[in-house]
Amino acid sequence: MSYETDLAEFEPVIGLETHVELGTASKMFCGCATTFGAEPNTQTCPVCLGLPGALPVVNAAAIEATIRIGLALHCDIATWCRFARKNYFYPDMPKNFQTSQYDEPLCTDGYLDVDVDGEVVRVPIERVHLEEDTGKTLHVGGSTGRIHGATHSLVDYNRAGIPLVEIVTKPVVGTGVRAAAVAKAYVTELRDVLRGLGVSDVRMEQGSMRCDVNTSLSRPGEEWGTRTETKNVNSLRSVERAVRSEVERQAAILRQGGSITQETRHFHEDSGTTSPGRSKEEATDYRYFPEPDLVPVAPDPAWVAALKDALPEAPSVQRKRLIEQLGLSDLDAQAMVNAGVLDLVLATVSEGAPAAEARNWWLGSLAQAANAQGVDAGDLPITPAQVARVVALVAAGDLTASLAKQVVDGVLAGEGGPDEVVAARGLKVVKDTGALQAAVDAAIAADPDAAEKIRGGKVQAVGALVGQVMKATRGQADAAAARTLILSTLGVSE
Amino acid sequence: MTDLTRLSAVETRQAIASGQTSAVEVAQAHLDRIAAVDGHVHAFLHVDADGALAQARRVDDGELTGPLAGVPLALKDVITTEGVPTTVGSRILEGWVPPYDATVTERLKAAGIVILGKTNMDEFAMGSSTEHSAYGPTHNPWDLSRIPGGSGGGSSAALASYQAPLAIGTDTGGSIRQPASVTGTVGVKPTYGGVSRYGLVAFSSSLDQAGPCARTVLDAALLHEVIAGHDPRDSTSINAPVPPVVEAARTRDVTGLRVGVVKELQGDGYEPGVTARFTEAVETLKELGATVSEVSCPHFGYALPAYYLIAPSEASSNLARFDAVRYGLRVGDDGVRSLEDVMALTRAKGFGAEVKRRIILGTYALSSGYYDAYYGQAQKVRTLITRDFQRAWESVDVLVAPTCPTVAFPLGAKLEDPLAMYKQDICSIPANLYGGPAASFPVGLSEGLPVGLQVMAPTLREDLLYLVGGALEDAIPYAVPPLTWETS
Repeated sequence: MSYETDLAEFEPVIGLETHVELGTASKMFCGCATTFGAEPNTQTCPVCLGLPGALPVVNAAAIEATIRIGLALHCDIATWCRFARKNYFYPDMPKNFQTSQYDEPLCTDGYLDVDVDGEVVRVPIERVHLEEDTGKTLHVGGSTGRIHGATHSLVDYNRAGIPLVEIVTKPVVGTGVRAAAVAKAYVTELRDVLRGLGVSDVRMEQGSMRCDVNTSLSRPGEEWGTRTETKNVNSLRSVERAVRSEVERQAAILRQGGSITQETRHFHEDSGTTSPGRSKEEATDYRYFPEPDLVPVAPDPAWVAALKDALPEAPSVQRKRLIEQLGLSDLDAQAMVNAGVLDLVLATVSEGAPAAEARNWWLGSLAQAANAQGVDAGDLPITPAQVARVVALVAAGDLTASLAKQVVDGVLAGEGGPDEVVAARGLKVVKDTGALQAAVDAAIAADPDAAEKIRGGKVQAVGALVGQVMKATRGQADAAAARTLILSTLGVSE
Repeated sequence: MTDLTRLSAVETRQAIASGQTSAVEVAQAHLDRIAAVDGHVHAFLHVDADGALAQARRVDDGELTGPLAGVPLALKDVITTEGVPTTVGSRILEGWVPPYDATVTERLKAAGIVILGKTNMDEFAMGSSTEHSAYGPTHNPWDLSRIPGGSGGGSSAALASYQAPLAIGTDTGGSIRQPASVTGTVGVKPTYGGVSRYGLVAFSSSLDQAGPCARTVLDAALLHEVIAGHDPRDSTSINAPVPPVVEAARTRDVTGLRVGVVKELQGDGYEPGVTARFTEAVETLKELGATVSEVSCPHFGYALPAYYLIAPSEASSNLARFDAVRYGLRVGDDGVRSLEDVMALTRAKGFGAEVKRRIILGTYALSSGYYDAYYGQAQKVRTLITRDFQRAWESVDVLVAPTCPTVAFPLGAKLEDPLAMYKQDICSIPANLYGGPAASFPVGLSEGLPVGLQVMAPTLREDLLYLVGGALEDAIPYAVPPLTWETS
């Protein structure tokens, strides 16, 4: 059975919980830095280590960022709300409770419109709340890196206390066969919204944006089925694959008359499948209660209104505007959406590249490279600014089309930015007229027959000589310039 | 020269400032005193002689000045001290040396106060006798066979045995006031948020409050002024000026002050001697010009059960961090046992019976399905008690009651009966639930043991406490502990 036939028989309900690390300079409740990849446990203090006696103080920048996210998602903003403690034991959580929000989230009841195959789907948002991230545990000594089989564990608390925003959708119904595509489109759009707000670097591969996907199936007309929660879905591709995988797994069980266990499941990037985690019976009673160490948060409505007025243009609106400005066809735009490169193209254009060139790169060799590596184009190690730079070098005549391809390959291979690759690989176009003239003279001398034909008016014979010039310059000559120079040397005009 | 350990803080400072003595001499005299008597009393868990003398030298060098510069102090072991062990009276933190100073510690040091060491307490401040300390009980200097109160029995006993003229306590349900009451000393619980909790190892976050302890009212007020005031590191710290406590402690005028005697905090269960001294003290206030009336606070009777839901609930969460992962005790880490087993074994071994009792109580009260009936209901009671206070302020300026229904009881007398122990705090808990300031002042003896009178005031009206305390101090001669055990 396939995903498509499964969803012809069953109706899916999906829900998404997205955790986003805010890009604030300091942590949620203390002044520690939040830089990614620092030496373990160097960005810690009594507060984020949960030392006895230490107390939290709310980071106002995190409150502001969360409210802006809520506003961008058309949510209601609480006029008064509290943090709550979520109590459970885990070694990477310094206090053995997470300071979070429970029944009084900062933002509630919004939506995000996403584009799926040219059609707008409204994904309802249940809540947006603020909490603190945990540390990271590294299990050492086993073969799998998991706790089973490990001899000991190391904990890095640098991440502990980084502000984390949780964005929870309401159940998304009626998507039918587009469930997986809607899930991916939602996370993509959400990422773009967050990036546009400048509140997070939203790097899924670095864990600054993480996704849990809820999936259930039921036969038409029946009550919603039991849902599973797939954890650790950490790329846009995986969001789609996780939904497909869960749909196929659940459909197979239901078809055989089995029942779905309410549980969390882990997504495996390599196989694209899920495996069971905690079941509902094992679920922890978190014993939430209002955090007594913090005073309630009461955002001034006038301030919230000002934040709302200052929101940047929504990515969907901006996209529409740019597509019109650039004169891209609907078909082109849709192709770019499907390949996940529309925003990359637009970003490349805003870095100064002509739309056609930007489109050609991202829909062409870069899309192929992403496909070959099994990653999203946005996760390729090349930025829109770098693509724009390559385009500019070509326009200036410093690179030919084939050299440009080599430069991009170099950037993708991690050799540095375009200029560094050009320098390191010696890829600059031969523009020195003396050198080019010498190559032209040599080519004419080597092939007097061709020269004679050209002089006699058979201008098309110039191709052979151009080929010789290109060969002599190892491709670094500009072919058009070489052609012009050959003709003028032979005293022929076109 | 008189015995330096018998001076008040004010007298000590005068002696240092006038050059009669030096801060180092004062510190040394107290360190000698500790060496001589603390084997009997066991007020201290850790004496920091080097740190004390170094700080005293800074005062003598003129680096640190102020009204209490060079005056020694005993610090309850629930307040963190950089480089000096902080155990909270628990095995689970045995040997832990904090890498940071509490705000209170910072302010004491900046004021030139000489911290002699860390005082004994009921484990995690849970208790009323100091018998729940993992390091053995403290003895009441008035009678070594009796309790010094709790949880801050170490601090109050240090004062009463002249091991220090000043001490810091913390009060969650009475842990400053009840020890003050049973040792004949002064103890003040400031308004919640009046003194920073940063570095105060949490028992119950919404109730904990550090405060000054001393043998005289003015000493307490001067210390109060040092530690109080806004701290941006504590979100619940009040951003308002410190009430004029020192001025009030000097004015001592209760003329026209409207004093309300709490109807619900007297009668059955109160020792006759306690009632007698209390009644006399109220009479004294009347003679000094105060007007006295009886005020009913109908919900005070529910304070104790509400407290024993709220405090353990918060404690069950606050104490979760003691898990053997980052600091403190670690039991059973043999490379074979799982992390969960090591956590469980450590907590089983590291926490005493009373702490475990309250963790279990609190965990239960917060559990899904029970939250509304227990924690939620207790919060409603808290609101009602706050309203009782607010209604009282419509007719009186302060409320008074005995601090504690009894005088110091014998060690071991209530150890097997938690409810009887909990009832020690029946008079003190309402002020914690409300959040307003309250203090205990000595008002004489019953059968040779001290009795305390409690004054409760509106939030941020600490000055009223010191007015009343000062007036009583002038009118009722200070009862000097006989310390008969010293000569025997």
